[in-house]
Amino acid sequence: MLKVRSIAAGAALVIGTFASSQALAASTLDTVKNRGHLQCGVTNGLPGFSQPDENGNWTGIDVDTCRAVAAAVLGDGKAVEFTPLTAKERFTALQSGEIDMLSRNTTWTLTRDASLGLNFAGVNYYDGQGFLINKGIGVDDASQLSGATICIQSGTTTELNLSDYFRAKGMEFKPIVFDTSEQTVQGFSAGRCDVLTSDRSQLAALRSKLADPSSAKILPNTISKEPLGPVVRQGDDQWFNIVKWVLSVQINAEELGVTQANVDDMLKSDNPNIQRLLGTDGDMGAKLGLQHDFGYEVIKHVGNYGEMYDRNVGPDTPLGLDRGLNALWTEGGIMYAPPVR
Amino acid sequence: MKKQTIDSRPAGPKPWYDPRVRSLFFQAVVIAFVFWGGWTLVDNTLSNMESRGISTGFGFLDESAGFAIIMSLVPYDATMSYGRTFWVGLTNTLLVSAMGVVAATILGFLIGVARLSNNWLVAKISLVYIEVIRNIPLLLQIFFWYFAVLSNLPSPRQSVDVGGTVFLNNRGLYLPEPLTQDGFGLVWGAIIVAIVAVVGLKRWAKRRQLATGEIFPTFRVGLAIVVLLPVLAYFVAGQPLVWDIPALKGFNFGGGITLIPELAALWIALSLYTASFIAEIVRSGILSVSKGQTEAAHALGLPNGLTLRLVVIPQAMRVIIPPLTSQYLNLVKNSSLATAIGYPDLVAVFMGTTLNQTGQAVEVVAITMAVYLTISLLISLFMNIYNRAVAIKER
Repeated sequence: MLKVRSIAAGAALVIGTFASSQALAASTLDTVKNRGHLQCGVTNGLPGFSQPDENGNWTGIDVDTCRAVAAAVLGDGKAVEFTPLTAKERFTALQSGEIDMLSRNTTWTLTRDASLGLNFAGVNYYDGQGFLINKGIGVDDASQLSGATICIQSGTTTELNLSDYFRAKGMEFKPIVFDTSEQTVQGFSAGRCDVLTSDRSQLAALRSKLADPSSAKILPNTISKEPLGPVVRQGDDQWFNIVKWVLSVQINAEELGVTQANVDDMLKSDNPNIQRLLGTDGDMGAKLGLQHDFGYEVIKHVGNYGEMYDRNVGPDTPLGLDRGLNALWTEGGIMYAPPVR
Repeated sequence: MKKQTIDSRPAGPKPWYDPRVRSLFFQAVVIAFVFWGGWTLVDNTLSNMESRGISTGFGFLDESAGFAIIMSLVPYDATMSYGRTFWVGLTNTLLVSAMGVVAATILGFLIGVARLSNNWLVAKISLVYIEVIRNIPLLLQIFFWYFAVLSNLPSPRQSVDVGGTVFLNNRGLYLPEPLTQDGFGLVWGAIIVAIVAVVGLKRWAKRRQLATGEIFPTFRVGLAIVVLLPVLAYFVAGQPLVWDIPALKGFNFGGGITLIPELAALWIALSLYTASFIAEIVRSGILSVSKGQTEAAHALGLPNGLTLRLVVIPQAMRVIIPPLTSQYLNLVKNSSLATAIGYPDLVAVFMGTTLNQTGQAVEVVAITMAVYLTISLLISLFMNIYNRAVAIKER
């Protein structure tokens, strides 16, 4: 009898384990609200995008994208816990429900969008792949790189772009594939490769990590399109909409001149666009399942897109990246968000 | 009468009181639960993945991979399939494992014997080696051999040049590659003939020794046959061999054979690390042979070397083989640390890049685990066969 009972207990345990995995099906919004914080997947250290400082506070444009969602959902931009992930781990972490959203300079591609059970909720940085070379090898253009040894990080679109580029040009190369961007820089500075390739925004950051940054330079060529943005699981359209529209609110806020500093004054604005954005008119928040003033919270805690950009990667930061493609569409860039109405 | 005997036997217990039936019943229940559990796990995984829109199945193996790999023993380029990347990774894993097993075994036996040496210095050096190497995590040792050694090597343009044919720099060790021409078949033939001749010679020498007690210098004569016969054939065939000597082209050397630093670092680290464990196994094996055996051999007039080779080692092998098998298995599994320094082994290529580009984690991880399991079981199988061959024969 004892035996039978222990088997029954074992079976109950097994069933319980499976049942708990079904809990994932609950709405992400409710899960986050009940938990009281957002669980956000970021890089394990990339200046300007997501990096912890000496006090353990995360900063970066990807980090701010998470904070904006937390501000919209929970009214607190600090209610975020970050999960550092390597390029290899990131999709599994999101698929398995370990994190609520992934904001880890991840390129939006058809395969990832369609076959991984994920949805890209927009673009928070338009990037492209470039080359960092040792000045000593005397090359000015990527077309002179035939025969070069190239360091890359594993699990990225970079690996495919690189191969495509060299194949199209009929050139040869030797890839050295590392697990993390730290190791990639180490390999490059140890002289294992002539060239390091990655997204251009990262190259600036990685170059700043070299012992002597002036010994290396970034080639002018951009060999690919890399739209980077936040990612959510497929099958929860409400959550997908929230992440998508929080980013759109930030871009619209920049366009309308609403900043972190003037957002309280803007509450009194009689511009209907601003009223809808900040929730003083209409019920945009309710349609997403959020508070009516979620837009106000986002701008109050994180700021508009331009502020987020300038603070983390802009010309006044160590990365010193010009807005370029990431400028608003009204200012010669391609940052364009659908209207909040 | 007969019928009566059967009837008079005490009636057996009812089936549910019969311990044999009960035990069978519960075993069946447990097996059913295990199978049900396994099936539910697979079924749940598949349906959950389906409901989340994640693609499943092995169709991705036929899709074009589109990424390059630095080193491959089978022909590979970026236009080939993901299935091909599996073979590239697998052969690279097997290569470094095989190189590691050979080097670790040789080194481990040398150090294990040296550890027992009567020479104080030799014994202590071996002791220090074992204690230092086996107590530092392998991953750190791999990083050490990779980054510490790599940064001390010169760039390709300042290569260390040995006679204009062998070059060493931070991109690897470049060796001339022998390219066989027409007529090299004669040399292959000579090598085969030489091997057959040496095997025959050894048998003849053993028979002669058993019959007359005279010892024939098999090793020296055999070596002469193996070396001289192919060399003779080589000159008779008109030297049908050219060397492809590496040369600096652009940034890097081209031509010849390249030993990439990733392979070298991994090989060195795996061999040194595993050798320290093998040395201890060898030492314990040798110590397990009773001193009386050595003394008896000495009493028969066998010199030290022969005592070790003919009396001690064969008996020690019975103790050494089983734990040695575990070390070989560890070495193969540890080779997956390759991914840390960018050596394109199975984990780095297939479970790394391929998994990421396709996103089919469940399938790729399952295949990779199955491969390591198969390799390990095969090694165990061969070592068990060998173990049976050297095991004590009870007569």
